[in-house]
Amino acid sequence: MTIGVKVLKRPEAEVSYVRAALKGMGLTFRKLFEPKVTMEYPEAKSTTDYTISPRWRGTHRMLTDEQGRSKCVACGLCPQICPANCIKLVPGEDEEGNRYPLIYEIDEFRCIFCGYCQEVCPEEAIHVGVHFENSEYSRDRFVYDLERLSSQTHSVSTLWDPTDPKGE
Amino acid sequence: MTPEMKGFLLLTVVKLLAIFTITLISVAYLTLVERKVCAWMQYRLGPNRVGPNGWFQPLADGLKNILKEETFPADSNKILFVLAPALSLIPATMMSLVLPWAAPLPVDFDFSLPLIGRFVHHGLMPIAVADLPIGFLFVIAFGSMGVYGIALAGWSSNNKYSLLGGLRASAQMVSYEVAMSLSLIPVVLITGNVSFHEIIARQQAGLWFVLPLFLSFFMFMVSAFAETNRVPFDLPEAESELVAGYHTEYSAMKFSLFFIAEYANMITASAMMVVLFFGGWDLPGHWDEAGGLLQTLATGVVMFLKTFFFLFVFIWVRWTLPRFRYDQLMSLGWKVLMPIGLAYVMLVGLGIYGVDTLLSGSSPTVKMGVLFLLNLPLMFLVFLVLDRGRLVSGSAARRAPAPRVNAGVEEAA
Repeated sequence: MTIGVKVLKRPEAEVSYVRAALKGMGLTFRKLFEPKVTMEYPEAKSTTDYTISPRWRGTHRMLTDEQGRSKCVACGLCPQICPANCIKLVPGEDEEGNRYPLIYEIDEFRCIFCGYCQEVCPEEAIHVGVHFENSEYSRDRFVYDLERLSSQTHSVSTLWDPTDPKGE
Repeated sequence: MTPEMKGFLLLTVVKLLAIFTITLISVAYLTLVERKVCAWMQYRLGPNRVGPNGWFQPLADGLKNILKEETFPADSNKILFVLAPALSLIPATMMSLVLPWAAPLPVDFDFSLPLIGRFVHHGLMPIAVADLPIGFLFVIAFGSMGVYGIALAGWSSNNKYSLLGGLRASAQMVSYEVAMSLSLIPVVLITGNVSFHEIIARQQAGLWFVLPLFLSFFMFMVSAFAETNRVPFDLPEAESELVAGYHTEYSAMKFSLFFIAEYANMITASAMMVVLFFGGWDLPGHWDEAGGLLQTLATGVVMFLKTFFFLFVFIWVRWTLPRFRYDQLMSLGWKVLMPIGLAYVMLVGLGIYGVDTLLSGSSPTVKMGVLFLLNLPLMFLVFLVLDRGRLVSGSAARRAPAPRVNAGVEEAA
């Protein structure tokens, strides 16, 4: 058992039903007065017991440079690696020969939040973020365009580093 | 109509409205109590969004159930499908009307209204809509009516899960009625009457019947759990096997009626336990025999607290114990509770005869105390047999290392 499964020994032949039932009743009664672990979500988003992991892979973010342009060079690696095929990229080129995305859209419904796009990006432009509250009133609002991806402000997620597997 | 009859009618209508309203409000808030207690037992907070600390949650639930869409399954029997929830609600609410909720209140009035005439009432008014002389027989009779609603709901839904749930419910309730009735015969033996009034008076004079008749109480409690279809006997709605059992196809207020019926049955069963075995509205000592409004209020509070305790036990058991298997349920009812019940009736009869012959001069308290002492070894014996003798096994036997079932697996790891 490599993953430490706890195996309970159940000595059924020796167990007294009445005592076991009373013991269970006593246990649940004690629990009535113990402190509760509920985090009241919309008001509290993190407690001392629970904070969202920095490695959470959620809503995408496109990082921008100092001039406010997106860092993306439209290399096409992210739509290539995306297993859910949720990234739409149409590359463009300006007069100086710099490539930039004409259209860059991510369909958050199709996305499986694997984080490959962030891993593969050579310019550290597209990121998955530590963010999960992205509900909308209509389905088409879930296709995020470049402008919307760039205007996200949540922190980006820290990907797993194979040389430092425990994040130390 | 004589003025006395009009006075009686007026009081009955007022009591009917009051007790019916209180029952329904209690049912509504019992659902909240159940959800809160269940949450606390599971380290949760429970519903706390609607109103302060979730106090208006039952109102929100009721409103939601009224506004929801009513669905009818294809090829269901429409008439019976609509009738079934009513058939299970009506007996459930009827039962609470005959239970004595407090000490009788002296009411004296004599007044006249234009057109209607003169109303007169003198003397004690029992705090039950109808203080029936047949007492708990009425409750048992109406308790068995509840099975019609459930069985019809299961059958008319045209759904295999509903049908199985309805069948299970009818078999279970019919079986446990036997045990329930048998468990009440010792109460009749010791009181000589079935009316709630007499039963409470006997308990006030002697001891609460839970002491001299503990096994009766235990059997009654087990059968009451089965009759109300609550865990550990909630097989009619065993969700892991039957989706939701007999109310699988019900939605909106029709579902809610089944729910109200279940909780009203719980209240009735708890109140029955209190009245029959825990002295009803009586408290030990004679402080509560002053009479008047104060006595009625105080005994009402006592009755409420006792009933609430048993409602809490219902909820407590539900969120602690697992569900029985169906064959275990049936064998418990027929092979354990019924023989014990029959034997207990005979033993209690002999005990009462012996006590009455030998101690004919002593007070009821002494007689019941002797019965209680006779009961102790009996209680011990029954639990010992039910528990296959493990109840008193020594701690050494308990702590002895159990045979290692998966020793090889652990060593490999």
